[in-house]
Amino acid sequence: MNSVIPLSAIDLGIAASLVVLLALLTWWLHLGISRRLLIAAARTVVQLLLLGLVLKYLFDSSNPALIMLIAFVMVAVAGREVMVRQHRPFKGAWGYGLGTLSMFISSFAITIFSLSLIVSPEPWYLPQYSIPLLGMMLGNTMTGVALTMDSLTTSAWQQRAVIEQRLMLGEDWRSAIRDIARQSLRTGMIPILNAMAAAGIISIPGMMTGQLLSGSSPFEAAKYQILIMFMIAAGTGFAAVMSSWFGAKRLFDDRQRLRLERLTVPKG
Amino acid sequence: MSILTIKDLTIAHVGPINLELKPGEIVCLSGASGSGKSLMLKAIADIIPASGSLSLGDINSINVLAPIWRKQVALLPAESQWWHDTVGEHFKLANLDLELFQQLGFARDCLDWQTSRCSTGEKQRLALLRTLANKPKCLLLDEPTGSLDPDNTLVVEALLKTLATQQQIPILWVSHSHEQINRVANRHLVMREGKLVTYE
Repeated sequence: MNSVIPLSAIDLGIAASLVVLLALLTWWLHLGISRRLLIAAARTVVQLLLLGLVLKYLFDSSNPALIMLIAFVMVAVAGREVMVRQHRPFKGAWGYGLGTLSMFISSFAITIFSLSLIVSPEPWYLPQYSIPLLGMMLGNTMTGVALTMDSLTTSAWQQRAVIEQRLMLGEDWRSAIRDIARQSLRTGMIPILNAMAAAGIISIPGMMTGQLLSGSSPFEAAKYQILIMFMIAAGTGFAAVMSSWFGAKRLFDDRQRLRLERLTVPKG
Repeated sequence: MSILTIKDLTIAHVGPINLELKPGEIVCLSGASGSGKSLMLKAIADIIPASGSLSLGDINSINVLAPIWRKQVALLPAESQWWHDTVGEHFKLANLDLELFQQLGFARDCLDWQTSRCSTGEKQRLALLRTLANKPKCLLLDEPTGSLDPDNTLVVEALLKTLATQQQIPILWVSHSHEQINRVANRHLVMREGKLVTYE
């Protein structure tokens, strides 16, 4: 079995009817998410079809400038996603910049490292490899950074009195925020730890499923999945550490005073 | 033996505040809730941003690392915070002055107590000991006996008066009790609409 069974519009329509059924159920249960569910499903269709089109063009052309552009657009969108997933992001450009920069450094470094030293396609930026790998990295790093930053800023807000008390006793900012920063890192890394622990036993990871469906040998698919898991773990971990450090530093000013007014006040 | 000098200290709508605390002097500060007393103490400890200048002796606060300033000009907040499981973890055990603990009615085993089990009064006295463990040169106390029974209040007052006299530590002491102010204060100031005035 080496060829993919192509899916027709009718096939996708049948799958969509399941989502419509679910939307009806949530409407009947007054969950208030039916509309969001349908919009999200519609976004999935549009975004993935567009992605398919863009990737087809990209794979055909293999233009490095275009690959670069797509990669930056991906980071930019992921950065926005990180910001909106936080309850109290930093105000202004920091709210967007901190998470985006951490993700950018970590996921680009790890992807380039893996492409050039491990997978070694020719050329190293071959879009069939670089774009899906970067996409997997960003998707997961995004969750890690968003969780880390959300935990950091929310805990700092809730534990203002403790942080200030520690400052009053002469601790420096690093020490005053250390427990909170550590907890935020643990929170950010839980999803990938769980994913690695459960991989292959409780779930068949998404990428491996995709490869199996497209006819790759299960062993080859497993090896790629291992590579991806390790890249994601490292990428998420490094990005979480960076965002937590940058974020913690930004919570204090040059006189090591806690500056919670640098955080957005949530609406509603 | 240092003088704490506060010049034109302004925080939002509090101030400008000009004040000098002489060595060993206890200055009591009263005023309605929300008048800015705690804000002023936090600004003097450099915990919140404010304009104006602060100096201890001839050293200006901006020429000292903030953590060092805060150890020297130590603020005891009205409500103490505890983040470790046991009391002892909040102290640097090497330079512990057990005599002070005894004066406030604690034996050494109090260091093994679970912080979650301490009463509000115990926490308040332990918080004072924790602040004093840094050997501050000046004390800013925000209602340091607010949660204490009358006997313990007198014990704490005696300890602080001794510290002020013997070690020449200036103390700025927020209190709502006129009896207490009469017992301890060399000077009594009132915060009114963000300004300091001498009590008459």
